[in-house]
Amino acid sequence: MPTLVHAESALHPRNAVHDEILPAGEGWIHPIKAGQYFRILDLEGNQAVDTLFYNAADPSDRYDAIATIRTQANIFLTTGTRLMSSDGNVLLTITADTCGRHDTLGGACSAESNTVRYALDKKHMHNCRDSFLLQLGRAEHGLTKRDLGSNINFFMNVPVTPKGGLTFADGVSAPGKYVEMRAEIDVIALISNCPQLNNPCNAYNPTPVRLLIWDPPVIA
Amino acid sequence: MSTAEILSESLRPGAMWSWTLKRGDRLRLTDTEGGANVSALLLNADAPLERYNMPDTLKSQFIAFLTKGNALHSDMGRILCSVVEDTCGWHDTLCGATDAKSTEAKYGPSGYQKFRNDRHRNGRDNFLVELGKYGLGKRDLPVPINFFSKVIVDNDGNLLWQDGNSRAGCFVELRAEMNVLVVLSNTPHPLDPSSNYAPRPVRLHVRHGEAPGPDDLCRNSRPENGRGFSNTETLFPSLFT
Repeated sequence: MPTLVHAESALHPRNAVHDEILPAGEGWIHPIKAGQYFRILDLEGNQAVDTLFYNAADPSDRYDAIATIRTQANIFLTTGTRLMSSDGNVLLTITADTCGRHDTLGGACSAESNTVRYALDKKHMHNCRDSFLLQLGRAEHGLTKRDLGSNINFFMNVPVTPKGGLTFADGVSAPGKYVEMRAEIDVIALISNCPQLNNPCNAYNPTPVRLLIWDPPVIA
Repeated sequence: MSTAEILSESLRPGAMWSWTLKRGDRLRLTDTEGGANVSALLLNADAPLERYNMPDTLKSQFIAFLTKGNALHSDMGRILCSVVEDTCGWHDTLCGATDAKSTEAKYGPSGYQKFRNDRHRNGRDNFLVELGKYGLGKRDLPVPINFFSKVIVDNDGNLLWQDGNSRAGCFVELRAEMNVLVVLSNTPHPLDPSSNYAPRPVRLHVRHGEAPGPDDLCRNSRPENGRGFSNTETLFPSLFT
């Protein structure tokens, strides 16, 4: 296993302008302004946080997993990764990461994919795409299933072998690990705190995460 | 042309193409000179909000590339197409298509005014034009597949281009498991290190065929694929009457 680089942030939670706990199985949609810092904290460890971003000025310009990995020629997201949009804009830059690696190939679970991956009778179970769709449906951005591209799975470890195998490896996260990013333009964040009960990645136990936002630091 | 053959044509370097495959139809792409790259989109032709889903395809089969025996999964737990023949061995799923900005940065300016129809077309613009013919746009773009190209991932996660993956005469054949809108762009792979804009001609063949039976290779290569086929067949209830 390669050494993972950890980079900490100097930002303190007491100065955050937004600080909330998102329980497992819940969705969240929230604006993040250009210059603001956004942190996701894995409270209990190895929790998948399925995340999408949209350019707030034109939400048809959305997070593009493939453009992101292509731009850095590496499949893992960590400190320094620029989260690219489909129109070639930098949405956010990862500025701190105490986990060291995050996935953007594994996508989100859905009722339909649960029938394929696990069993035909799993369709009723709660899943990330339903959380995404509920958040989009309640919000007033006019976004629908059309706008759901491939997402980020913060805190998940999905290596690819040189022979082309996709593996779901042991978690690299732990209680208290976090990832922090700076918005480069105004964005809308869409999160599903994954409710999956069929996948050993989270020890079959979805857990809450903490979401924090800081305003841009004032330069004296 | 055999009686079952619907179409046989050349996809010129830089060109785009679309076609609606009916369930059971076969689409064969042949790299006539070697070294081709064809970026491809797949959508449900009857309801294009359902489209190729890269993560579900890879997760269901524990793969990061495509070859014979694989199934291309939609975001609705169904199978769009199966890879029923492949003499190439590896088709890239991870790198997507080129766009205007990266194409100009790599190959230099190439406007129509000067270059006419030899201008450097790019994958994303080709897709937007071709999808536009069906009333679809950038919100409808799934992740593209790159036929004939090979990119591996090392233990540190780096994407590494592999030269010489496809030789002259290599072909890959897809079987449509539902009615599928296929959009192709014969444009370079985004990680191809050559700074010479030189897509290769590709031959396309479409012919009618039968939907698969219970002993099908792609259906049985993974239990996940079997469930995907089962979900797909409920869209075609006449099969069971």
